[in-house]
Amino acid sequence: MKIALMSDIHANIDALNACIDHAYDLGVTQFAFLGDYVGYGPHPAAVIERIQAMQAQGAIVLQGNHDEAAFNNAPVDPNYWGAITVEWTRAQLSRAHKDYLAQLPLEHTLDSIYMTHASAHGLGKWNYIEDPRSATACMNALPAEINHVFVGHVHHQHLYYGGRTGDLMQFKPQKGMPIPTPKHRKWVTTVGSVGQPRDQDPRAMYALFDSASRILRFERVEYNHHQVAQDILDAGLPKELAQRLEEAR
Amino acid sequence: MKLLDAGDVIDGFEIIDCVHAGGMAHIYTVKYAHDGQGIDKPDPGFVMAMKIPRMTAGDGSESIVSFEVEQQIMPVLTGKHVPRYVTSGDLDRLPYIVMEYIEGKTIQNMLDEQEGPFSIEEISTIGAAMATAVHSLHKQNVCHLDIKPANVLIREDGSAVTLDFGLSCHAHYPDLLAEQNRKAVGSPVWIAPEQVVGVRGDPRSDIFAMGIILYEMATRELAHGSAVSENGMRRRLWYDPPPPRKLRADIPEWLQEIIMRCLEPEAAKRYPSASHLAFDLTHPTQVTVTERGKNVIGTSFGTHFKRWLKAAGMEYKPSPLPTQQIEEVPIIMVSVPHKDVTDATLYSLREAVSRSLGIRPGARLACVTVISPNASSSSDTRKSETSVYRQYLSMLQQWAQPLDLTQHQVSYHVLESSDVADAILKYAENNHVNMIIMGAATHGLQMQKFVATVPIKVAMYAPCTIILVKQTLPFSELAEVPLD
Repeated sequence: MKIALMSDIHANIDALNACIDHAYDLGVTQFAFLGDYVGYGPHPAAVIERIQAMQAQGAIVLQGNHDEAAFNNAPVDPNYWGAITVEWTRAQLSRAHKDYLAQLPLEHTLDSIYMTHASAHGLGKWNYIEDPRSATACMNALPAEINHVFVGHVHHQHLYYGGRTGDLMQFKPQKGMPIPTPKHRKWVTTVGSVGQPRDQDPRAMYALFDSASRILRFERVEYNHHQVAQDILDAGLPKELAQRLEEAR
Repeated sequence: MKLLDAGDVIDGFEIIDCVHAGGMAHIYTVKYAHDGQGIDKPDPGFVMAMKIPRMTAGDGSESIVSFEVEQQIMPVLTGKHVPRYVTSGDLDRLPYIVMEYIEGKTIQNMLDEQEGPFSIEEISTIGAAMATAVHSLHKQNVCHLDIKPANVLIREDGSAVTLDFGLSCHAHYPDLLAEQNRKAVGSPVWIAPEQVVGVRGDPRSDIFAMGIILYEMATRELAHGSAVSENGMRRRLWYDPPPPRKLRADIPEWLQEIIMRCLEPEAAKRYPSASHLAFDLTHPTQVTVTERGKNVIGTSFGTHFKRWLKAAGMEYKPSPLPTQQIEEVPIIMVSVPHKDVTDATLYSLREAVSRSLGIRPGARLACVTVISPNASSSSDTRKSETSVYRQYLSMLQQWAQPLDLTQHQVSYHVLESSDVADAILKYAENNHVNMIIMGAATHGLQMQKFVATVPIKVAMYAPCTIILVKQTLPFSELAEVPLD
């Protein structure tokens, strides 16, 4: 089964549609969305509705920290420069949108594959997997039969892999290279961000995993990010967010 | 592990014969077995070999990881310097790799068959073939990291094939042999100093291993012995082996220069790329011989002591991508015309070369001119081959004289051919040239609309980047090309 793993869409419908089309072209039969459908971007309602349609066709859909912020109405730290997007997002969403986000699960297990938005270590605390130590902590929090973990949250594509001893090791993948990930080792994949890349490359990111051959590929997909940056400005959101999308930083 | 017999069938492959029963693996020639339903797989067009790793309960886990590495890297390797990959078996169930079986002799076979040292010509021919094969791997972002005589096979036609990728490192795949404690991975005799401290992925480690092989072919001695302890291996971080000319007087200075440059303890002092090594081995007269090539005494105690102190603190540093590293030290070829050429063209060519070298320290420059075969004459002494060559060589040297070549190796070549474009293309191909610089208009731009002139033909078929240089200031007034 070919699985497409997408995360951190951040209210960017153009990037999401481009990635879904790309995955269908590659023969994907199972979609998994790892959270953060809203925040930062200009299209929160459209993204949620596309995700709902995908779920109706069998997609796995998990909750992220920005989704939680959108429905829980907790006060936002006014010193946080992105605070304005949280308030703006809440105003854009209907009760039904928020109820949908609120009922999403935090994790999903598919045979020996485990998925969550941030990390299995302190589930719901949104810990970042950004180095070998945090990847190892995530893996150690899971039962032994799990050998491949997929997460988002960090907006970068990395593969952590187990050796004979000690912590997992970090590997920076190249776009499109088919990487064998045999099941006698442990693997943690950060799938990157669909809607807000931060590695100086504005193309959308997702990961593709063939559960039969256990071949993993990291994909990058072009879409018109200039248009989305313009939509951010038109929506009256901070211009730093438009710049961030243009420069992918 | 018990040997398989002819006729045994493994996963659809029928065993023909056992060709190697080693400590790490057994290798059999195989063919597709009849599937019993009359739909047999078509013959692949070459003999196949099946490598079955020896993995019994008593074996260390390193051989399993090596097999995994080979299974990861072999399917993506291409070109004639590696065996073609067919398929592999599941590591958990039935581990094996099926690949092309290549006829030939490994350098180890040759060393075993021959008592004494190799002739200078054998060393340079085999060495250049080996360096060419290793360069082909580096261009694919793979460092072999276990280059040794048994892993380099020479075909009947003289070309080399690299074998056994169990310790290799592909920059686009997770390095399964990397471990947190960063211990040395490699064969002790040929391992490079940086590998001893855990660096994996530097293409110059393979240059070092080739140096050990060349040293053995030349002297029948192992440059750093065969110590297997970590301390024994660490000696190569600071110690120079005795110069080959001390052991064998008839070794020319140029060959010692080449071998000792490969064996420099510091990777930065070795050949920056295997293509540079192949170049020197095929152009002995163009090798710049330094003290390294002339020395017949050996490195002084003082130098060794200073290096020993420095080596004590040497530890792991990550390496850049192999392709990136070798692209930074290209071989640049400039084609210098010797007749019907304006000063402006010669000047502009030199300017273009100067700019190209300026941003690429370590790049090497090959200055080439092509003369027609009847330029030299065997009967007329004034036109004898050597004197004609000397005349053109000095023309090239004069042309290059104003260039600042302090950070570059430079060589001069007179090629004889009636087809200039063909001669340039062949030279570029054979010497792994990364960039050709030549004049844009040898017969005026107008003509180029109608006939494929030399620059057009070279641009169409060149195996690399080419820069076509137009005449520029301060000679613009000399240009007589009318504009449309």
